Amino acid sequence: MAQLVDARGLSCPQPVLLTKKAIAAGQFPIEVLVDTVTSRENVRRMAEASGYTVQVEQIGEEFKLTIRK
Amino acid sequence: MSEKLTRFFASRWGIILAGAVIGVLAPLLQKLGNPPNMGICVACFERDIAGALGLHRASVVQYLRPEIIGFVLGAMIAAYLFGEFKARAGSAPIVRFFLGVFAMIGALAFLGCPWRALLRLAGGDLNAILGLAGLTTGIAIGVWFLKSGYNLGRATRTYTAVGWIMPLFMLGLLLLRIFQPQFSKDGPIFFSQSGPGSLHAPLLISLGFGLIIGFLAQRTRFCTMGAIRDVILIRDFHLISGVGALLVVAFIMNLILGQVHFGFAGQPIAHSSYLWNFLGMTLAGLAFALAGGCPGRQLFLSGEGDGDAAVFVLGMIVGAAFSHNFALAGSPDKVVEGVVQTGGLTPAGMIAVVLGLIICIAIGFTMREKSAS
Repeated sequence: MAQLVDARGLSCPQPVLLTKKAIAAGQFPIEVLVDTVTSRENVRRMAEASGYTVQVEQIGEEFKLTIRK
Repeated sequence: MSEKLTRFFASRWGIILAGAVIGVLAPLLQKLGNPPNMGICVACFERDIAGALGLHRASVVQYLRPEIIGFVLGAMIAAYLFGEFKARAGSAPIVRFFLGVFAMIGALAFLGCPWRALLRLAGGDLNAILGLAGLTTGIAIGVWFLKSGYNLGRATRTYTAVGWIMPLFMLGLLLLRIFQPQFSKDGPIFFSQSGPGSLHAPLLISLGFGLIIGFLAQRTRFCTMGAIRDVILIRDFHLISGVGALLVVAFIMNLILGQVHFGFAGQPIAHSSYLWNFLGMTLAGLAFALAGGCPGRQLFLSGEGDGDAAVFVLGMIVGAAFSHNFALAGSPDKVVEGVVQTGGLTPAGMIAVVLGLIICIAIGFTMREKSAS
């Protein structure tokens, strides 16, 4: 089961903080929902810098990031 | 192509480019007529706008600054070109309004926003070190609140027209700047005849540079508060590399243009009252951190449809009016017969800064989600 982080409507740094918390919980994959390109780039940058792979999928005007070990 | 550009702007080099461009353009604006060590100052320029509209009557700081207009409109153009304009609102606007008010009161105690703190340092004004130390302290307090669950809640998508309100307001200001109507005898629109408000680069240059910076900053998410916050909160040095580029390039530009004068006392439009330089910016930094962006970033967000950021901007403009009407703003050092008289805050200004800190800390404590660890 994937962990789901719904960060839609939240502004930075909240999406990054919530994602970090999910990473700390240790259950992968993690699916992060965001609704701005800024949040998408910030979460991606943080996750990639921490050594995880990130896959981005656009759903309408929102984004789903899947973070894997 | 658009996606490739987006990745570039989101990269380390993208943010360095944005910082460097601001570092080039701000000292040039000063050379072309803007006030000393104030090529760009978001707080000061919003204060000048408040004055031009007659919201305060400090006659030396009244001008409709085209840079601010350019920031919002440039960001809007960028957001539309890259499909990122998204009208959203509803994340505790009343709180954001008052955070804007107190951010401005703090910034005007120091006499500058974070951008001007960097530009003052790049011009040799060492008081800026106290300001930047205060800014960092305020942001660090904000980070502590963020870690303990502070957040202002979700914004929601809304009508596109909501996102257009701030850009349209800016267009209105631009028309007022161009046509300079006088609405009544001795009434607004006011433009300073002396003092910092009377010093400005030509309209088209100010507007053009503002548009360029607005465009770049929207693409790269340039934010001075975010830069320091990210270093403290998540050890992320992305944004701060842009801030570093701004400082270094502005210093080099100032050296080339002969605009560097090292010292504490008697710096242009600055005071050397150390404690209040520090505490003023502590208040500003905390308010920016709680609101999620420095004053520049709030303008760029307003341009891309963020109605909450727009409310913060209005809060800052109203805060400037309070600041000058109630004599809360710092007064600059003065040189009288060759002797430097240290400026600083009135007792009311000191009380306002302390009160602001108390209120912002109360906001931080009371707006935490219970579930957060």
